[in-house]
Formats: sequence, C-alpha cells, structure tokens
Amino acid sequence: MMRTFRPSGLDELFSACAEAPGSILLAGGTDVMVDVNYDRLRPDTVIDLRRVHELTQIERSDDVLRVGASVTFARIGHELAVELPALATAARTVGSPQIRNRATIGGNVGTASPAGDALPVLLAMRASIELGSVRGVRRVPAREYFRGPRDTVRASDECVTAVELPVGRATAQQFSKIGPRNAMVISVASFCLHVDADRRRVGTGLGSVGPTPLWAVDAEQFLAERLFEDGASASPTDDTINGFSELVGQASLPIDDHRATAAYRRHVLVAMARRTLTWAVADLEAAA
Amino acid sequence: MSIELRVNERRHQVDAHPWESLLSVLRDHLGLYAAKGACEQGECGSCSVLVDGELVCACLVMATQAIDMEIVTLEHLSLDPLTGAIQDELVDTDGVQCGFCTPGFVVAIRSLLHRYPDASDDRIDEYLSGNLCRCTGYSRIIDAVRNVRDRERHTL
Repeated sequence: MMRTFRPSGLDELFSACAEAPGSILLAGGTDVMVDVNYDRLRPDTVIDLRRVHELTQIERSDDVLRVGASVTFARIGHELAVELPALATAARTVGSPQIRNRATIGGNVGTASPAGDALPVLLAMRASIELGSVRGVRRVPAREYFRGPRDTVRASDECVTAVELPVGRATAQQFSKIGPRNAMVISVASFCLHVDADRRRVGTGLGSVGPTPLWAVDAEQFLAERLFEDGASASPTDDTINGFSELVGQASLPIDDHRATAAYRRHVLVAMARRTLTWAVADLEAAA
Repeated sequence: MSIELRVNERRHQVDAHPWESLLSVLRDHLGLYAAKGACEQGECGSCSVLVDGELVCACLVMATQAIDMEIVTLEHLSLDPLTGAIQDELVDTDGVQCGFCTPGFVVAIRSLLHRYPDASDDRIDEYLSGNLCRCTGYSRIIDAVRNVRDRERHTL
C-alpha cells in the first residue's frame, strides 16, 4: 500500500522527508507519472509538495533571484523573461503548454536528467541549489550538484527547495536547444551562455552531451580573457568566436543514441556556441 | 483508497489506486470519456482537461494530487457557447477526421481563445503544440481556430 504525505508547510515537509527518506517527491508529476503509467514505478511513499506554499515563491534581493522549487515552467517563461532571459527561454522549450503548466524547476533539478532543459542555464549562471531537511538548509553550487546520470549530492532525506540565480545589469544570457521539432522534444543538445560584464566572467552550460549537464571551463576562460582584458574591443573577432566554440565542443562527452549520434551532437553544440556568442554580444552592445 | 474529487462542479467519491492517474479516474471510475488515453506520457494532448483553470494532461496528474482542485472536462465545457462555436467550426472546416484527438484539441482551443481572444497566428501554433493529430495535417484545425477567433473576438 502506498503511503502519501501531504505536508502543508516546510516543517511538515522536512519531517516527512526524515520519516520516509528516499520517498518520491511529487511536484507536477510530469516525470513521475510517465514511469507510473508504464509500470516502471510503483512508489511505496509519495510526498506531495502541492500544499507547501513556500516552494511556490519567487523572491528578489539586490543581486540574487530565488525561484522556489514548485514554480512551474509556465510561470518562469512569463514572469522571469526580463530578469532571467535564458532561463525563461529554456522554460519555453520544455514540452508543451500542458507540460509547462505542471512541470517545475525543482522537478528538473531533482530528476537531474542530462537533458533537463533548465540545467545548462543553472550551470552557466553559477546558480545555487537550495536543499532542505530537518538538519537544516544548505546551498550547493550547481557545479557541485550533479554526480552522474540522474545522480546528485542530494541526500535521501533532503528536498530541493529553491534555486538561486545571480542578477545584474550588464549581462547577456542566451539559451539554444536542438531537437527534431519545436515542441515536445527531449533535447538532442542544448547550450547556455552567460556573459557577465558586471563580474567580468563567462559561464557556459551544455545539455544532453554527457552523463550530466556539463560546462566548458577552458572556453569560459578563453572568452573572458578576450572580452574583458584591458583594451579589449567590444566585438569579438572571428578568431575569438571560432576559438570559443571549438573549446565548447571539446568539453562535451556525447554518445550515440536513438536521438542523435555523438558527432552530430558535437557539431550542433559548436554551432550553438557560435550563435549564442553572436547574440550575446549584440545584447551587450544594445545595452551599452 | 477513497478520495473526493470535484469534477465539472460536482463532488465525486472515488475508490482509486493511490498512484492512479486522473485520466484513469475520469474514464474508468466516473464514465467521462471525452479525455482519451493514448500516449500516457504527456506527448499527445488527447487527455487535455482543465485543472484549476490550467490546461494539463490528465494522464500526468496523480489523482490523489487533484483533491481540492477544480477539474473540468469537455463534457462540462461543451455547455458554453465558445466551445460550441469551436466544435461547429471544426466540423465545417473538416478539422475532424478520425476524431480521436478532437476532444483534446477542443479543450486546448477553448483554453486558448478564452485566455487570448485576439491570439496571434504564432500564439495559436504555439498553444496547440502539445496536441497531436495524425489525420488532418493540422492546417484545417488551425483554419478553424482562426475562423472562430476572427468571428468571436468582438463578442467575448
């Protein structure tokens, strides 16, 4: 017999997670119910997050935007388009309107699929993942959160409660995703670029091209040096664009599967790196 | 387990499996057959219903999660004039062929035009991207939506 917890606040949620570690944490259900419908999952214990009001909040401080785990992709696409354009763009590529009305950012983070659409954005933006339990709340850098395919540092009694992203004025954020059509596709490859002129740094996030979402350290350093060194010109040269995109491609670890070959994935990743850099530079020039 | 659901403005007591989907409860327990089961993974939109006013796939909602939610299926939506106009127009434009996807499309189109009476053509395409039709090639369905929009937007 399946047990169901219906906590109505964070304290009740954390107690339930402590009482039944390893439970299915049910938010929108768009991942969980597929496995249930196909008899791949018969959960012993479900913790229904719907009544935990705190998880549905979007909060702003001076330089951080905190998005509660139960905020849907529909809301992110509508409400955060100005402040977090890459995250909003990624949100609008998730599934279909029906899916986006239910699927949540916390679910994407909790499931931790290498193809999770929001995850490259969290890596590129150097977001933090907030994990809560009866033991307290901790913030894990997104770049330390993923361990393997659908495997993370989240403990069995912890729940994803929010993600925190930096906000700033002089930043460009671009997201691109490749799939067979515009709607209802699991990405063949995706890429997010964050050019942060305030903090003089570059962030990248690579989706569906490795066992976890990845980032490209060498490409980030290369581009930051070219863009932010004293005396550097605002517009990157062709050498910079090509060098950056090649380094992004080299950071990927794609495989052949039923959705695409490794070679195709790397090819489109390089193309997306080149395009997003061109778009980002145009954004920065328009802002300046 | 016994759960109480509010469907089409009526309360229903249902003895459901704890993990059962809302779609299965609607069809197998309540005899509401407008929402269709096809892909069972949220890809086809045939099971589209409104939950708390939002368009969702009933196959991906765990029924126990829908306690306290307002569930509306096409059986109830059909009572309003906008839904009727959509249904008539789909027939007139040959937007209905085998008919399997039609109830899901009608719910999605009604949700679209209720929320966005002036929906742009791009908005229409995007809003219906979660509903699959294997017969019509979509263009006749889209024609029907545009016709209803152009005719009804001044009256909504």
